[in-house]
Amino acid sequence: MKLVTAVIKPFKLDDVREALSEIGVQGITVTEVKGFGRQKGHTELYRGAEYVVDFLPKVKIDVAIGDDMLDRVIESITKAANTGKIGDGKIFVVNLEQAIRIRTGETDTDAI
Amino acid sequence: MEDIVQIKYALDTFYFLVCGALVMWMAAGFAMLEAGLVRAKNTTEILTKNVALYAIACTMYLLIGYHIMYSSPEGGIFPSFGVLIGAENTVEDVLAGGDDAPYYSVASDFFFQVVFVATAMSIVSGAVAERMKLFAFLVFAVIMTGFIYPIQGFWKWGGGFLNEAGFLDFAGSGVVHLTGATAALAGVLLLGARKGKYGSNGQISAIPGANLPLATLGMFILWLGWFGFNGGSQLVVSNISDANAVAQIFLNTNAAAAGGLIAGLVVARILFGKADLTMALNGALAGLVAITAEPLTPGGLQATLIGAVGGVIVVFSVLALDKLKIDDPVGAISVHGVVGIWGLLAVCLTNGDASLKAQLLGIVVIFLWVFIASLIVWSVIKLVMGLRVSEEEEYEGVDISECGMEAYPEFTSSKK
Repeated sequence: MKLVTAVIKPFKLDDVREALSEIGVQGITVTEVKGFGRQKGHTELYRGAEYVVDFLPKVKIDVAIGDDMLDRVIESITKAANTGKIGDGKIFVVNLEQAIRIRTGETDTDAI
Repeated sequence: MEDIVQIKYALDTFYFLVCGALVMWMAAGFAMLEAGLVRAKNTTEILTKNVALYAIACTMYLLIGYHIMYSSPEGGIFPSFGVLIGAENTVEDVLAGGDDAPYYSVASDFFFQVVFVATAMSIVSGAVAERMKLFAFLVFAVIMTGFIYPIQGFWKWGGGFLNEAGFLDFAGSGVVHLTGATAALAGVLLLGARKGKYGSNGQISAIPGANLPLATLGMFILWLGWFGFNGGSQLVVSNISDANAVAQIFLNTNAAAAGGLIAGLVVARILFGKADLTMALNGALAGLVAITAEPLTPGGLQATLIGAVGGVIVVFSVLALDKLKIDDPVGAISVHGVVGIWGLLAVCLTNGDASLKAQLLGIVVIFLWVFIASLIVWSVIKLVMGLRVSEEEEYEGVDISECGMEAYPEFTSSKK
């Protein structure tokens, strides 16, 4: 099993959710987060003076899936969240050791 | 005939009182504008300053200010001191007719004048926001509204030497706005900039205001109040030519504010690449200040342009003051001082009776008097009680250190 964590632009959340549903992903967890990447935030002007916005708002999506789904999940997130402009975000993949459905006690791929 | 005189007297007095009430409401405008443009942690204190300065202005002007301004020798420089306001007009005096017959009540005149004093003092509070001690400010308010403002007011509106010299200032671009801004400038120079505003290597940091809806509401309240400010300064409404004049003043006041707002918005968009709401707000106020010295003689389009030039000036003035490290959180010195000077000079464009020489004399005299007197008063206050809160208090916010309460408290508990 894998845990796919994607940090994306907030306005792309609906597109990504739809794309994941289409390929059969059963559930995702969404968190509003802030952060910066290679551009290190950006500057704004207030009354002609600059101020730095260090952390930009992003949305973080966590998806737990079986190994066989991984390529398709990565592909559909990449496609749905892509705008071609800086700040589109990143996808991280880690191995998932266990999954348990609390209501029934099912485990691993049965639970996701 | 007697009935008509009575009705005219009543109408002009009523008009004066309503206009005075509109100007009184400008105190709310300044309070909201300033509360919107400071950080949340300094909101309670700026509101306290605004309500207290209004009350102090009313009290000091009643006690001594009005007497200084309107009972001093005609054409003179040195004021005569006295207390309270004079006796009310008698019915016989009013009905006697002739050029000297009073046409509105003495008390209405006092009421109209006193709210102008408060306006001048309100200008100061925005410029020194977020770092000045509350009571240092209030002590200054006592001297400013009791002496500094009334003395220069006597020179112009009280019939003193500036009036004799032909200096024109219809509703107070100089007497009210330049005066307030000059006192603010003297204070800011002694006070210094807010911590973190200017970096050691010359960079200028923005300190964004906490609540732009409040600032916008404040601007609209001031815009509304300004109809009383300029319209009331015609002093009479009860005949055809004065009624027409008042209507023209309303029209021009509105037009100048609109011109100033558009100019401020467009210039900021060109300079910064985005629409800066705070500059649009400053632009509207600059338009209003610019037209205040002569809201009657321009046509509507001329008024729009006079306001628009004010709106352009204010944007560049805000940037220039930042370059000089004169920290003015709300832009009061630019709006009321720099544009006030423009308004006084613009009188010459449309009023044939104006002379550039007299206007310059008025500007120089008002500036020097208010600047030097204020600098002395601020310096004495600094020596005796200090002007500025400590660095730590400034970081925590003056709401807590000066007022002991926050404007937007969180995590509070009523339990002991």
